[in-house]
This record gives sequence, C-alpha cells and structure tokens, in this order.
Amino acid sequence: MLELIKSKQTIRFMKYAKPATWLSILLVVISVGSLSTNWINWGLDFTGGTLIEVGFQQPANLEDVRLTLSEADFPDAVVQHFGSSHEVMVRLAPREGVKGEVIGNQVLNALTAGDFGDVDMRRIEFVGPNVGDELAENGGIAIIIALICIMLYVSMRFEWRLAMGSVLALGHDIIITLGVFSLFQIEFDLTVLAALLAVIGYSLNDTIVVFDRIRENFRLIATATPKEIVDQSLTQTLSRTIITSSTTIFVLISLFVVGGALIHGFATALLIGIFVGTYSSIYVASALAINLGISREHMIPEVIEKEGADQDALM
Amino acid sequence: MLNKYPLWKYLLLGFIVLFTLVYAAPNLYAEDPAVQVSATRGAKVELSTLDKVQDILKQVNISPKSTVLENGQILVRLSSSEDQLIARETISAQIGDGFVTALNLAPSTPAWLEAIGGGPLKLGLDLRGGVHFLMEVDMDEAISKEQDQMVQDLRAELREQKIRFRGIEKASTETGVILRFTSQEILDSAIDYLKPINPGFVFSEKENNGAFYLTISMTEQKLKSAKEDALQQNLSILRNRVNELGVAEPLVQRQGVDRIVVELPGIQDTARAKEILGATATLEFHPVDSETDLSDALAGRIPASSILYKERDGTPVVIKKKIILTGNHIVDAQSSADEYGRAQVNISLDSKGGSKMSRFTKDNIGKPMATLFIEYLPTGKKKANGKSETKKRIEVANVATIQAQLGRSFRITGLDNTAEAHNLALLLRAGALTAPIQIVEERTIGPSLGQQNIDNGMKAMIYGLLAVVIFMFIYYRKFGAVANTALILNIVMIVGLMSMIPGATLTLPGIAGIVLTIGMAVDANVLIFERIREELHAGKSVQRAINEGYANAFSTIADANITTFITAVILFAVGTGSIKGFAVTLAIGILTSMFTSIFGTRAIVNALWGGRNDIKKLSI
Repeated sequence: MLELIKSKQTIRFMKYAKPATWLSILLVVISVGSLSTNWINWGLDFTGGTLIEVGFQQPANLEDVRLTLSEADFPDAVVQHFGSSHEVMVRLAPREGVKGEVIGNQVLNALTAGDFGDVDMRRIEFVGPNVGDELAENGGIAIIIALICIMLYVSMRFEWRLAMGSVLALGHDIIITLGVFSLFQIEFDLTVLAALLAVIGYSLNDTIVVFDRIRENFRLIATATPKEIVDQSLTQTLSRTIITSSTTIFVLISLFVVGGALIHGFATALLIGIFVGTYSSIYVASALAINLGISREHMIPEVIEKEGADQDALM
Repeated sequence: MLNKYPLWKYLLLGFIVLFTLVYAAPNLYAEDPAVQVSATRGAKVELSTLDKVQDILKQVNISPKSTVLENGQILVRLSSSEDQLIARETISAQIGDGFVTALNLAPSTPAWLEAIGGGPLKLGLDLRGGVHFLMEVDMDEAISKEQDQMVQDLRAELREQKIRFRGIEKASTETGVILRFTSQEILDSAIDYLKPINPGFVFSEKENNGAFYLTISMTEQKLKSAKEDALQQNLSILRNRVNELGVAEPLVQRQGVDRIVVELPGIQDTARAKEILGATATLEFHPVDSETDLSDALAGRIPASSILYKERDGTPVVIKKKIILTGNHIVDAQSSADEYGRAQVNISLDSKGGSKMSRFTKDNIGKPMATLFIEYLPTGKKKANGKSETKKRIEVANVATIQAQLGRSFRITGLDNTAEAHNLALLLRAGALTAPIQIVEERTIGPSLGQQNIDNGMKAMIYGLLAVVIFMFIYYRKFGAVANTALILNIVMIVGLMSMIPGATLTLPGIAGIVLTIGMAVDANVLIFERIREELHAGKSVQRAINEGYANAFSTIADANITTFITAVILFAVGTGSIKGFAVTLAIGILTSMFTSIFGTRAIVNALWGGRNDIKKLSI
C-alpha cells in the first residue's frame, strides 16, 4: 500500500497556529495594501473599451504595429503580444463621442492596409462602459451572495463557530488571491471572476471535509481537548487533502500550459486559490473555530432528545 | 450479505449509463459542411427550388451527399469544405432574388438518434466563431417620443372640443405633459373631457400665481407597457433583418427589460452585419394605379407616374408614385379580430397624418390603397465619399380598398388570417416611430481562434485526465482503476447531459469547468478509499471496511458537493454568456461525479470484491 502519511502519530498542527495566524495576517495586509495602492488590472469586461486580437503570418514587431496604429489616429492603443509572437492584442479605452463598435473594424482595416502581409482577425471585443460597470457590480454581488448562502448552509449543517471559521477562511482566500492579482497586475477578466467563485467552492470543500472529521471525533472521543481533536482530525484527513489538491493542481497546470492564453487568468486564479484554500482550511478555519471556543458540547446533537419529546406531542 | 447490490441496482445503473451514453453518441459523428438555402420575404422555398439547386450543382460538377427540403429550407450536404464554398458561391449567384444562402455545419447524427432527440453538443460562439451583439433600446428616447406624441394628441383633442389652454409642454420630472389654463373652470372641463378617453393616465392639478396647471402622466403600468412595446418592436425588426444576413442558426433574444442579444455564428464581416442590423425602415401609403392595365404594365408599358411592384405572394401591382402619407405619422398598429372574427389591423395616426389621410380618402372612396414597406439595406460597397452604399428594398405589404373617409384611426380589413394581420401590424410599427437601439457589447471570435480554443481545451482535458488517471492507479491500484473507470464515465455523462439539455452550450470556460471537474471529481473516491484504509488499519475485516468506508464518507461528500453546487447556481444566476457555460458544466459535473464516484464505484467494487470471504487483502 502506497501511503503519503506513514506516521501513526498525530501531527501537532495547532502548535503552529500562532505563527500561521501571523502569516495569514501578514498576507492579508500585503494584499489589502497592494489592492489599495495598485487596485486591480481590470480586463476589458469591466473597464469597457475595445479589444482586437489579430494573427500575423510572421512574428510581429510591436513597434511597427504601434506606428501603424498611431498613423491611423490611434496613438493611445495598447499593443502587446498575446499567446505567441504571431498574435497581437490591441486595446483601446472607450472614447468620447465615438461609437465603440466602430473602432474594432477601423483598427482591423488599418492593420490590414499596413505592411504586415495577411492579417487574420481572431477576436474583436467591444464592451460599453455601462455594461462593464454592471458586470463588476454583478460579480461583487455574486461573491457576497455566495458567501452568505454558504454561511447559512454551514451554520445549518454544523455550528455557527465552524460557519464563522469557514467563511472567514473563504474571505481570507479571496483577499489573498485578489492580492496576488493586484501585486503582479495580472489582468482580471470575467473568467477570473468565475474562477474566484470556483475557489470559494473548492476551499469550502476542503474545510467541510476537515470539519466533518472534527465533529465526528468530538462525538467519538470524550477525553481529548479541542486542540487535540482538531490535530487528530487534520492528521486523518491530511493525505486526502494532499491527494485531492494534487489531482486538481495537475489539471490546472495542464489548463495553464496547453489551454491557451484566453484561459491563463482562470487557471492562475484557481492555482493560487487552491494553495491558499488548502492552507486556510487548516490554519484559518480550524484555528479560528478553536479560538471561538468550540467544544464537545457544541457537537453533541441535541436533536435526538428533541425528537423523542416531539413525538409524544404529535401522537 | 455485506457489499452486495441487488440486481435492480445494477439494472438502474446500466440503464442510466446507457441512456447518457446514447445521448453522448452524436458527438462522435463528424459534421458535414453544408449550404443552407432559405427564403426571405416575398419568396418561398418549394420543390422547384430544390430542383433548381440540384441543377446548379450539376453545372459545376459537384455531387452533394444529400439535398433535402425541410422546415422551408434546403440543406445541401457536401463532402468537402472546398465544394461547400464553390456550391455557396454558385447557388447564391444563380438562385435569384428572394433567397439567401448560408454556410453551415450540419450534424450527421444518424436518424434513429435524431428521432429520440439526440444531437451533438451545441458550441458557444467562442468555440465556433461568430459575432455576439448586446443591444440596448434607448428607453429614455422611447419615452420621450411617447411624450411628444401625447403633446400632439392632447393638443388636437382639446382643440377639437374648443377647450382653450394657454400652454402645453412635456413634463420634465414626470413621464407626461403639463397643460396650463387660465381658470379652474376650463381646467375642470378639460379633465371631464380627457379623463374618460385617456385610460392609463394619472391626472393631477395645481394652482400657481393665478395659472392653473394640469399634469397628465402615464401610470406605472402604461409606462411599463410602452417600454415593452419599444423592446418588442425592435426585437421583431432585428429578427427580420437577421434573416437577411443568411446566417445558419442565428439567435435573437431579449435579455432583461431593455436589451436584446443577437448571436450570429460563423459571420466574419461584422461591419456589414452591424450596418444591416442598424438599417432604417420606413413605410409609405400610396394610391394604386387602377387605370393602367396589368398586362400592359408587365410588358413594360407603364406611365411615368406609376411603378410596378410585387406583393408578398408575388402578385404584381401597379402603384402610383404619389405618396399619401409616410410611416412617421403612424403612432400605433395592432392586429385584432373584427365582430365576425376576421383578422384586421387597427392603425392610429398622429394629428397631422390624420388630416392628410382624411383629405386624400375623402375623394377616393372605393379605390384601392397600397402600403409599402421600404428598407434601406447596405450593399456592402462604399460610395465615393466613403459612406456605405444602400439599396432601397421595397415591398408591398398590403393593398386595401378605401371604404370611407378615414381619420386619425382606421383599420385595414380583409386580411386572410391572423398571422398575416400580425405581420402587417409589425411592419407598420416598424415603419413608425422606433426607439433607437445601440450596440453596448460586441464579441467577435474568428474561426481560427474558435478552432484553436477547441483544440487547446481538448488538449488540456486529455493531459489533465492522463495525469489524474496515472496518479490514481499508482496510488490506489485496483481501486484506483475503479475510480478511473468512474471518472471516464463521468466525462461521458457530462457530455451526454450537455447534449441532451436544450439551451446548454459548451463554451471555453465550460471546457475549463469540465477539466476542473476531472481534478475534483476523484475527491469523493479519495475520501472513500482513505476511509476504507483507515478502517483496515483499525483492524476491521475487508468487507466491513468497504462498507463503513462508503457509509462514513457519504455525508462528508454530500456536504462538500452541495456547497460547491450552491456557488455554481449563483454563478449561473448572475453570469452572462460564456460564464454561464462554466456554471452549467460545473453544476452538471458535480451531479454526475457524485453519481459515478459513489454509486458507480460501489457497484463495481461490490461486483468484484463484495461478499467474498476469501479476500484477506485489498488492492487499495
């Protein structure tokens, strides 16, 4: 039998709870700091504007493309390679008084007329400024609704201390993932937003598996302290945590490497989110539940006694 | 006995697997390059058209795989995409006016699969290439026009009744108009007269510095229906225009209260698409020239003051060039049924239009009048000054006999059926005051990028799957192989369900969702297998360990998956376009992975190891 965790000994996770808490606080502070100074490199979906992606026969010289475009009255065009040196992405901010949907074709015409050989139109996107604001607003609302629903579900299934722990862990994961996007100025588009919600789902998945074990162990073992119970539960679920994270990371690396440039942001957000999420289900969610004073009494289901009492009344 | 499933469970599993397998099967058949021929207004695809298409193809030595006429369209399947391009070019050059040809990829789903509703996955625009437009109806403008109309109407109504008012203007704060009177008595008489004939409006009065003001504003309901009308009108115009474009499987759909989504798969020339969608239309009423003999006209002998047009069914009609009235005087047109149940269209004109109509009809009772629908469609060519060249397309929407002197509201009767009445009303409204529409979002994906997205997505899926499968097999041995079987079954089920559910489309984020599911779906099996190992460590027998491993892991799996499912549902509710595609695959993936990794693997495990007392060690 191939085993990742051979030791029968319980790993003392909670011994490092304090330094881990400081690490989390540090990461969150750095993230918030970066977010407040750099904010986020919002993609076209949120800022509005026009984006044109074209493919050239030979590797394209960005300087030439810029020159051609500024001659065509687009001096403000942001020109960069996208995916490979044959592909070029041109981005333009929304313009006053000009219909955004026209700009895409104008840029394309300018490039076709330029000295670049065959130009293959790969993608034109135009997003009106209002639409961008709406998407950003809806995205924010989606994340908040998701957090609230999850908090309700976890409180219903577990206990409010655990619910608090899991939701705080989720907040922690989202802030740090956003922080990385802000720090490295990675473009944040709609797929990244979707990935962020998937991170919420994944991270919670992890937390719930641990909490389930904690609840079970509280019921089974009457003598242990909450800390010991948590340590034991984390040890028992550790190999599962590692294996599932690994298989998920496998597929994400595969997506990142061969999935194409359009899906890079998505894969990046999930990769960060899964690292942070795995860590947070151990050190944020569980540690917080201990600090909130989780104990055996909270885990013993009172429901069973109530059921008996109710039955008499019903009969 | 422990770990034995009754036969019915295997039968159920087998049935569900077979069911999804059958619906996933159409994806295995390649698509045929095809040319689609459909009719625009004024023409009809008939068997003779089919013959003509076959003749045209014979001339250029193309033998199609099949040519069929169904749903009023001809679908020509060809064996190669070179043939497809030649076929389209020659057909569209020779088939004549009234028909549009479009390139299409026709699924070659076998007939028996099609009969049970099977078909391949519907690909989103980011995978198949094409244009997505989000258009917004300018509701402020629509309401403002509505207010202008109210000003005109009220002015006419009050003048007719000789109720004297000092001023009338659009209200700036409310959606309505403000009238000014010199005395309370006149104001009261105005209310008395106007209130009964103007349902759907709120009347409020105010006195200020010796002037008496009456504000007439639309009720919430009236406002809502005015906006709804503006949207519906644009929706129907866009539908008609999209048909002009010759696109296979276009989509025109409302989104929310003031937006319309237009999706045109396979369209390359977005500039032309935009021009056609944004074309203007007008409507004109003309007298019919009954003096000129129809056969003379057909032979080309026609007076300079008249012109020969065709009705929608192809009947020729000679019409005078003189315009009685143009469409911008039309306020509204609704189809309804008269007292005998015959279809009719009720038309209301503004006051100026009403007096023009009344002047003309007074002297022409008993004579026919034609309604022309005129669209200015771009030809795709540029004029010398750089503007697009447009072509006037004229169609006789209706010819009716004037029965009496007409006024501001009249009706066209004698229509064949309600469908025709409905169409005519739509055309009339389309020529009337339209709320302007604006493109607020455009996403165009070229065909090369679409194909590349598919290739990349498939590659990512295969590599990801291989990594997971190898890992699971090395780590869990035979149980790993069982989990891998479930994983592959899971992917087939996702594809089957996605193909089965109408409206579910596969997008690039959707593929990413499937890839992510591959990584996360084994989680359930990891949980179960780890649990079985623990039970074995605790010294339980093989059969008990399997049983308790599954039993104990279940609630954890359910909890973990339900929460992810919640996020998928939220994502679906607030997401748009391709993000919805991600949410759909994620949600379906959660359901199928729970099914395959719990029920599916248990069935295999039970069949292989269940109830056997000779096993002392598990390959886990």
